[in-house]
Amino acid sequence: MADKEKLTIVLLSGDLDRALAAFILATTGASMGMDVTMYFTFWGLNIIKKNDAPIGGKSLIEKMLNFINRGGAKRAKLSKLNMLGLGTYMMKGQMKKAGMPSLDEFIQMAHGLGVKMMPCSTTCGVMGGLAEEVFRPEVSSLAGAAFFLNEARQSKVTLFI
Amino acid sequence: MKADHELDCVGLYCPMPIVKTAAKIKELKVGEVLEVIADDKGIKLDMPAWCQATGHECLGIEEEGKEFHVFVRKKHD
Repeated sequence: MADKEKLTIVLLSGDLDRALAAFILATTGASMGMDVTMYFTFWGLNIIKKNDAPIGGKSLIEKMLNFINRGGAKRAKLSKLNMLGLGTYMMKGQMKKAGMPSLDEFIQMAHGLGVKMMPCSTTCGVMGGLAEEVFRPEVSSLAGAAFFLNEARQSKVTLFI
Repeated sequence: MKADHELDCVGLYCPMPIVKTAAKIKELKVGEVLEVIADDKGIKLDMPAWCQATGHECLGIEEEGKEFHVFVRKKHD
């Protein structure tokens, strides 16, 4: 195969369903020989935070933001039918029954397939002053909008989820 | 159809059969045939699409009850 085709995905949502869709496409793209970059912004940042990330922050507001957005793939909830967590619990049960990997496993798998995962630097700043340490080890460096647009410019497929 | 290698994906949904096929094909020599067995109906369109994207050859799909046996020839390293 000649030059690898590029797939760029922006994940703005912190919902379990949307994140799963993003990671299903990312892992499939990588398996199809595509060069995949995922870019996380706003609530999407919660998905790639460590499951046990400490609640940091320099000011009270930052601490509050980080408390509300605890993050971690294991904490992600469905966008619909969450029903105070019951719906999400049931959906996770159905996924397990169907032999589908969990979101946590999808993130590890994506990393193993060479998918690049990058947090948006601006939203890291406004969403509680997030440092790179709050993110999972699979995540690479922070990047800005110019980096993303340059990737998207060269991509065959760009998705905003 | 005869295959050199087999990959059991029964019980797995998209994207796992494709992810596993992509990993498995690396173990084959060019020209060898991989038989992927899956019961997710999506495989009928997904595997030819994967082959088109990666340049391998989809030789055919045989249906046996609820299972699909998909044959893929490795065309390049």
